[in-house]
Amino acid sequence: MVPEDTITEDGRKIGGVVMEMKNITLRFGGVVAIKDISFDIRQGEIRAIIGPNGAGKSSMLNVISGFYHPQEGEVWYQGKRRPPMKPFEVAQQGIARTFQNIALFEGMTVLDNVMTGRFRQMKAGLFAQAIWKGSAEAEEMKNREAVEKIIDFLEIQHIRKTPVGRLPYGLKKRVELARALAAEPSILLLDEPMAGMNVEEKEDMSRFILDVNDEFGTTIALIEHDMGVVMDLSDRVVVMDYGRKIGDGTPDEVRTNQDVIDAYLGVAHD
Amino acid sequence: MPDQLLFGMEVVLNGLMAGVLYALVALGFVLIYKASGIFNYAQGVMALFAAMTLVGIMEGNVPFSHLINAVFGTQVHHFGWQVPGIAAVALTMIVMVALAWVVNQLIFRHLVNQAPIILFMATIGLAYFLEGFGDVMWGSDIKKLDVGLPQGLNTVIDDLTYGLFGYGFFIDNLDIVATVVAALLVGSLVVFAQYSKQGRAMRAVADDHQAALSVGVSLNFIWVMVWSLAGFVALVAGIMWGTKSGVQFSLSLIALKALPVLMLGGFTSIPGAIVGGLIIGVGEKLFEFSVGTMVGGATENWFAYVLALIFLVFRPQGLFGEKIIERV
Repeated sequence: MVPEDTITEDGRKIGGVVMEMKNITLRFGGVVAIKDISFDIRQGEIRAIIGPNGAGKSSMLNVISGFYHPQEGEVWYQGKRRPPMKPFEVAQQGIARTFQNIALFEGMTVLDNVMTGRFRQMKAGLFAQAIWKGSAEAEEMKNREAVEKIIDFLEIQHIRKTPVGRLPYGLKKRVELARALAAEPSILLLDEPMAGMNVEEKEDMSRFILDVNDEFGTTIALIEHDMGVVMDLSDRVVVMDYGRKIGDGTPDEVRTNQDVIDAYLGVAHD
Repeated sequence: MPDQLLFGMEVVLNGLMAGVLYALVALGFVLIYKASGIFNYAQGVMALFAAMTLVGIMEGNVPFSHLINAVFGTQVHHFGWQVPGIAAVALTMIVMVALAWVVNQLIFRHLVNQAPIILFMATIGLAYFLEGFGDVMWGSDIKKLDVGLPQGLNTVIDDLTYGLFGYGFFIDNLDIVATVVAALLVGSLVVFAQYSKQGRAMRAVADDHQAALSVGVSLNFIWVMVWSLAGFVALVAGIMWGTKSGVQFSLSLIALKALPVLMLGGFTSIPGAIVGGLIIGVGEKLFEFSVGTMVGGATENWFAYVLALIFLVFRPQGLFGEKIIERV
């Protein structure tokens, strides 16, 4: 059952389901990280997964991006059941991600880092590239253009040629977003994009996330534990606690959900 | 011009060309180290193995003939054909790619995220295995390699310099060829690593496995590619050294000469391997020429290592090595 297209208050179009998680259970030995969770992600929406520390949010993101393989449950992507895949195969299917602890190529420049994001789009064979002629050259130019556009969009032109290792934390996060965006993903996964940022940087990052979604219509799934930020950003929110789903809905629905309030504020045991 | 100066110039020229050959071997180390953090002790043996395979294919020898004859009591040695140089080089390259694939599949794929010392030990194991394997496959006798590269005194340079200075420079044709080939090889490798999709992926894998996976790079593919490239460089080095001094066990020891080159140039830099090789090549020839005679010669054996030690003290990352940036 696919929900009808809906138009949000600010005029963005939310389409059908692109990804659906069905009864996902993930165990590490005896520890259950995710317990029987189901939810879906719809085309063009900003979908947040929130929860206290250790709730299993990052594990869920790692399941989507193929870094972890759940023992039970199914992942459906673009209407098809996805067989167990390696992370690079998931990336080639158009699911790009960022990492909580930033995984950039520190020794490479910002431009080169973002160019690696185009890996999926570049088709020229090994031999054509080895001799660097014809189609490979044209392809490099075309992809370079796309990358420059993204660099402009995220306002990191001034550091294009800087090795990433020299950048401050906030900018690294933005470069990582740029690299993920360069893949023109059908789903963009952001693992705590605001973690460790000051208020100003958080505002910048929120603006970029909204702009990306608005401008390119990119479907975004993000993890965050800062409730305030998430409520302002997202269309729908999944709330996790101790590996279980305790809430799912619009920010307003989630905000008034008693289980969610208990999980975040603690509950008196008497 | 004084004789001493002319002779010195000739020494420098010869040193430059010897340096290019060192650089060729060092290049193989750099490639693998850059992309997988593995210090490949087997690089020298790979050059030996490539040269042996090349000779074996050219002469139409039956691989494993000793083993086959011993087991089945047959007397096969030759297929009875000769393969021309170019075709044999191509066939050898296919063997080297296959070797790269097998090495990755059987060894290094299973050692991902292991400590560098473990990876290093694995390459030592690989080196000794490959050495024995090469002997069983092609026999351990000293072989002559001739793929048709020009050899001997370059008469043009000899005549030219004789006409100019009244003193003919002795430059070996093979050295000239090696220089040109090495220059082309390095140039194309730099461009490949810097500006192509796979080259970028290679650097990406070297930098961060997780991040590389997340942009869709297959680690296995890149590793096989890098080992194949190292195999290719080993083949080129094997051809040059094999033509120069015959295909024999000592060929694998040229790898030891590459160590000081790497310390000078930096383990992570392709141009560094070249400049390091040239400095060592020229340095040891000049040192032998100027100081060696005073101390009884044979300085070429240790000069490179002492130079490398001095470098280690003052610039541990080498001339071109990536600066170690650490944010706290």
